[in-house]
Amino acid sequence: MAGLTRGYLIQRILMWILTIWIGVTLTFAIPRLGGSDPTTAMVLAMMNLRGYVENANQIIESYKQSFGLNDPVYIQYIRYLGHVVRFDYGFSFARFPTAAWDIVTPALPWTLGLLSVASVLSFIIGVTIGSLMGWRRTPRWLQTILPTSLTFTSIPYFMFGIFLISIIAFKLHWLPATGGYSMSVNPGWNLPFIKDVLLHAIMPLLSIVLTSMGGWALGMRGLMIGVNNEDYFLLAQAKGLSPARIFFRYGIRNAILPALTAFALGLGALVGGSTLVEWIFAYPGTGYTLYRSIQDQDYTVIQTITNLMIVITATGVLILDLLYPLVDPRITYKRSVSS
Amino acid sequence: MSSDQKVLEVHDLSVHYFTPGGAVIAANEINLYVKAGEIVGLVGESGCGKTTVAMSILQMVSAPGRIVGGEVRIEGRDIVNLPERELRKIRWRKLALIPQGAMNSLNPVIKIKEQMEDAIIAHERTRGAALREKVLRLLNDVGLPERVYSMYPHELSGGMKQRVCIAMAVALNPAIIIADEPTSALDVVVQRVVAQTLLDVKSRLGVSMVMIGHDMGLQAQMVDRVAVMYAGNLMEVGPVESIFEQPYHPYTRLLIDAIPSTKQKKPLKVTEGLTHDLRNPPPGCCFQFRCPYVHDECRQKRPVLKEMGNDHYVACAQFN
Amino acid sequence: MAAVASNSSAQLTQTPARRTGVRDMPWLNAKFVAGSIVILLTLLFGLLGPLFWNTDLAYTASSPLNLPPAWVEGGSPDHPLGTESNGRDMLAQLIVGIPASLKVGVVAASIGMAVGILLGSTAGYVGGWPDHIIRTITDSVITIPSLMVLIAIAAYVSMPDTTAMALILALFAWPGPTRLIRSQVLTLRERGYVRMALLSNVPTLEIMLVEMVPNMLPWLAASLTGGISGAILGETGLEALGLGPTRVPSLGMIINYALNSTALVRGMVWWWLPPIIALVVIFTGFFLMTIGLDEIANPRLRGYSNVK
Repeated sequence: MAGLTRGYLIQRILMWILTIWIGVTLTFAIPRLGGSDPTTAMVLAMMNLRGYVENANQIIESYKQSFGLNDPVYIQYIRYLGHVVRFDYGFSFARFPTAAWDIVTPALPWTLGLLSVASVLSFIIGVTIGSLMGWRRTPRWLQTILPTSLTFTSIPYFMFGIFLISIIAFKLHWLPATGGYSMSVNPGWNLPFIKDVLLHAIMPLLSIVLTSMGGWALGMRGLMIGVNNEDYFLLAQAKGLSPARIFFRYGIRNAILPALTAFALGLGALVGGSTLVEWIFAYPGTGYTLYRSIQDQDYTVIQTITNLMIVITATGVLILDLLYPLVDPRITYKRSVSS
Repeated sequence: MSSDQKVLEVHDLSVHYFTPGGAVIAANEINLYVKAGEIVGLVGESGCGKTTVAMSILQMVSAPGRIVGGEVRIEGRDIVNLPERELRKIRWRKLALIPQGAMNSLNPVIKIKEQMEDAIIAHERTRGAALREKVLRLLNDVGLPERVYSMYPHELSGGMKQRVCIAMAVALNPAIIIADEPTSALDVVVQRVVAQTLLDVKSRLGVSMVMIGHDMGLQAQMVDRVAVMYAGNLMEVGPVESIFEQPYHPYTRLLIDAIPSTKQKKPLKVTEGLTHDLRNPPPGCCFQFRCPYVHDECRQKRPVLKEMGNDHYVACAQFN
Repeated sequence: MAAVASNSSAQLTQTPARRTGVRDMPWLNAKFVAGSIVILLTLLFGLLGPLFWNTDLAYTASSPLNLPPAWVEGGSPDHPLGTESNGRDMLAQLIVGIPASLKVGVVAASIGMAVGILLGSTAGYVGGWPDHIIRTITDSVITIPSLMVLIAIAAYVSMPDTTAMALILALFAWPGPTRLIRSQVLTLRERGYVRMALLSNVPTLEIMLVEMVPNMLPWLAASLTGGISGAILGETGLEALGLGPTRVPSLGMIINYALNSTALVRGMVWWWLPPIIALVVIFTGFFLMTIGLDEIANPRLRGYSNVK
């Protein structure tokens, strides 16, 4: 294994910082470029929304304090970056005086669980299907069946979720329609609760996996067809290796490398898509919390979740990037040549 | 001649590529044999079908190509139409390949040792320390240092990679090795080293070989017999001395004249005319459009290989 | 030497031999054609619809409430696809919503494409530090969960119209095309005919337009169709969350109203299903176009079945 070199490590960490910085800066800058002052806007909107005023002065005060409304934009920006680094966005607008962060944290495990299982499952299934589709020696009957797995590929996750709810939950009553678990179970490490959580997770998972695996399959098919024509693939065949060994060691082993890169690049889209899925299923993760805070115009919570998901996605990409040299021994070598 | 002495026999082998525009005749009724311990050179310009012949000997013609007729006998046994399972047993143990593109023939993400061990494990029971010993010995035999064992292909030079391929090809002591332009894509000095390695290995193991190439000069130094191919057809076959002393076919003469010489400066000879459309060969000789000695008979009757004595055959109307 | 000369002549005759028949017209790829037809039909539906149907019915309180489609009991021929809880006619909403959604997608993707062409060709052609910077930023932006940022932005800025929506979506529409064009330019630059043009001092712009663009056309088109469906996806997501422009009916907005009014639980299939079907048809159309174009750009993807 070529492993990690220091240069590669530093480069990747810088990319991680850059990605987060661009993401949070866009969310800060664009509304201001549009001429609106979001802080005032949000305070006004909240005043409109709520009839009672008992907390309003307190909230506005805390806002003026934490956001420094009267400071010049660059001071506000620096302070904002400080919030990002410390993950401290002050109080929730809708549920004062709860800290925004405290509203988000209980939702995090749900989202991380859903995202990691859905992404890995969809990638593994998609890659397997795609590799078989692109391999010359896949049995004919399999070749004809496999493309059916692409059926739902072009449907957005959340729309597919709506179909699933209306059919599986409302028509057939096979699975619970919404939520993360039923009211009747006690949250904790007990069997009924775990079973209940898993049941609730099936449809959100399906709506992501069934719609996104086709993309991996199509990409992997192309990569596999490319590898099929490589000299080393032909040599492996000439060596008289078993078809399984050729398929895994000289086929997937090589074709999967660009797919892994695509996987890392696609994480952001997945995070966005799953937000809507959580909303459709009222799944108690960050996506649903985000939807609720949009309804409540709870801007600090919106900001917290948005920036948190930017950081989480960037960290996911960073982890994949750091693992990549383990599967592609050429990577450190290539970097040293190109840069 | 009893056939047990002939390690490889190719009889009337034809390979067509089925394209939407018609079948491309890449190899047309090729006849060839290799005796034990012999190197037979197969020469011709690129696109003449020599790699197709190599791939069809290995039973690895890929779609849209297909062997449409003929036999390929390894130690007397016809392997055309052999089921994949049987074929796998023959591959590498009887029939090994030294591939054309040295640069891309090794899997870039797998260590050299694993790629060499793969070939051995698939056919032998050698495992553990014995396996390691064997791979190290093979590397040593082709003049590669021990550390290559646990290196990746991108850490090796082109010449080293090609020597790994040679070491791999002789791992199971096969009856015959197909070397598909083993030295092309290497620079001249490295070419010499690789060619020398090939000859060393050959003389030590007494392996038979089909060596494909387009460089007549290199062939002259390495092979025992030469087969000249043009547009999917064999034009002339004979012992290397005989071919160079007395080339019969005009195309063979052209190839030999193309060898650059330091002793005398020759004007470059380029024959006019294009190769015919391979989907639609003309009646008669396939070289008729480029042959300086073409006459009416060449346009009507296809010449067949005819022995000129001393195991030297030629397919040309002049000598029929 | 003679061998070299004859090599090329042998290839000359062989290449045309493999390029006849179906392959002479690569743009007639079945998937691409099918996708184009689907998109054309949806476009015609939106363009010709107003000639046959009153689009004012797409606005609140223009029709009776909660009518099922005409073929269901209780439905009325005046509202063939039914109406929803705010008194809007479904057919009229679709006629207005489909072109609105398409427009946002096309505008956003075109802007993204233009930026991508500019940045991608600069990076690929100029190389050096501009390439390094462009590549780094592009790779960063591509991994940002764009919908998150869009939501944060849309939560602050009230979206006045679809153009504002398209502009904001274009923020994230350029990294894909940039990456693609950069890599294509890098590949093409090494091709013999482009090198010849470079050596013979042909102006840069001419090389790009005459030598490179025609070869990149299928790639560019695939990137555009992919970008359009990506932008429509983002747009629909925002609208479905209620963050889109509220004055113009759009497909995402119909979904938003349907879900907020618990159309799912109330079994008002005619409310939530049509916009989703319209979107699925649009996505499928662009998806077919994209993979068809991929196959045109990369003939190897056409698979083995048609040559075996």
